[in-house]
Amino acid sequence: MKHLLTTRELDRATAVRILDVAEEMAATADREVKKLPALRGKTVVNLFFEDSTRTRLSFESAAKRLSADVITFSAKGSSVSKGESLKDTAQTLVAMGADAIVVRHPASGAAHRLAHAGWIDASIVNAGDGTHEHPTQALLDAFTLRRRIHGADARGQALDGIRVVIVGDILHSRVARSNVWLLATLGAEVHLVAPRTLQPAGIDEWPVTVHALLDDALATEPHAVMMLRIQRERMVDAYFPSEREYGRIWGLTAERFAALPADTMVMHPGPMNRGLEIASVAADSTRSTVLEQVTNGVSIRMAVLYLLVAGVEEERA
Amino acid sequence: MSARPVLHSDDIARALRRIAHEILEARRGDGRLVFLGIPTRGTALAERIGRIVDEIEPGVAEVGSLDVTMHRDDLGRSATRAPAPTRIPTAGIDGATVVLVDDVLYSGRTVRAALDALADHGRPRAVRLAVLVDRGHRELPIRADFVGKNLPSSTSERVFVRLTEVDGVDEVAIAS
Repeated sequence: MKHLLTTRELDRATAVRILDVAEEMAATADREVKKLPALRGKTVVNLFFEDSTRTRLSFESAAKRLSADVITFSAKGSSVSKGESLKDTAQTLVAMGADAIVVRHPASGAAHRLAHAGWIDASIVNAGDGTHEHPTQALLDAFTLRRRIHGADARGQALDGIRVVIVGDILHSRVARSNVWLLATLGAEVHLVAPRTLQPAGIDEWPVTVHALLDDALATEPHAVMMLRIQRERMVDAYFPSEREYGRIWGLTAERFAALPADTMVMHPGPMNRGLEIASVAADSTRSTVLEQVTNGVSIRMAVLYLLVAGVEEERA
Repeated sequence: MSARPVLHSDDIARALRRIAHEILEARRGDGRLVFLGIPTRGTALAERIGRIVDEIEPGVAEVGSLDVTMHRDDLGRSATRAPAPTRIPTAGIDGATVVLVDDVLYSGRTVRAALDALADHGRPRAVRLAVLVDRGHRELPIRADFVGKNLPSSTSERVFVRLTEVDGVDEVAIAS
């Protein structure tokens, strides 16, 4: 594996392997010395053309735990605002000796372009490109699910037969896209819920069941409900009449939360709009995995960086 | 390439029993004794030695495993390997005598990596090394304290250790 650009191309064995390596990475958090020497002497560049706190910090912390040198580059206040192209920025970073570039960009396909344009030789990790994909978020969600369900026996397991409902702005959500491909690859049964206006074209071809109403999807008694953030910054058109109406019909309200099976997990990639897509009582309950997702994010990103950067490229056996 | 068996199932059992006795004899004081196997086959051997020690002096042995993948000095030169689980006894290793257990001692590089990996978990009182086979050709100043069988070999030969837990059969063979 040279790059991680999408979950669509991940095969089941590779996906399980990433989750297994993440288990070992998670185990290092209990050690006296939490740092591993695996990426000593390697340089990881965080290239963020879009605002992000948790993903950037998570990648930064993952790279540091593996002893890599980390350079973080935010487009704001950089030469990008002077009009420097993605190509020139990338080549500058390579001249600094980057072994891996973690990139977040508002344009779908930016990570793919960086990986395949022939500008640079470094490994590319897609940390979110436009409304396309966010593979490490999907991996950490799968990891969180697998850990909650299988506990200490999680290694080697996939998610066969696990029912996951993903609710919200599917149209703009790269988290949803990455999750759909990955969860389906791992054998899970995926249900999507969104207002018609927030369902992307071509959703019928996805390996999912689509519902227009949240209550229909919750009636399937899912193992997990994943609430997506209403992305106000991408809401240039009126996709639904009002936030109150959205919350009433598609939000995980206190009443809906109370009616869920007792062991249904509540997931959210963060940051949450409390009271809009998720009620506080759901977000703060023991069935909420929100904080676990953050912790697991570091383990997953450690695993991905380790598998991409630590060794020489694998020959396909 | 033909493999010549050098240790059979009962030879291996005898060697491990002798090692277990030697470890207990060499033990000074009554501190904790932690056996950490280096995956994959070292883990199985550590469990076996731990069981024998437990028969002789019940309650003395604690067993775990120590993965060294991320501490190897050839990590950046070979294809990425997935790390195996590390299991350290809940009481930790501080102040304990740790016996590292591996199947074959060769260059000594795995053991060096293990010593580094161990330091991330605490500070043992002493660290010992037990191996089933010592085949020579050290590249580092490392030696084993307990050896099942010294097996003079040439660098062109390969030594195979097969264990029931992993391979379904107990055998040590050498192939040229």
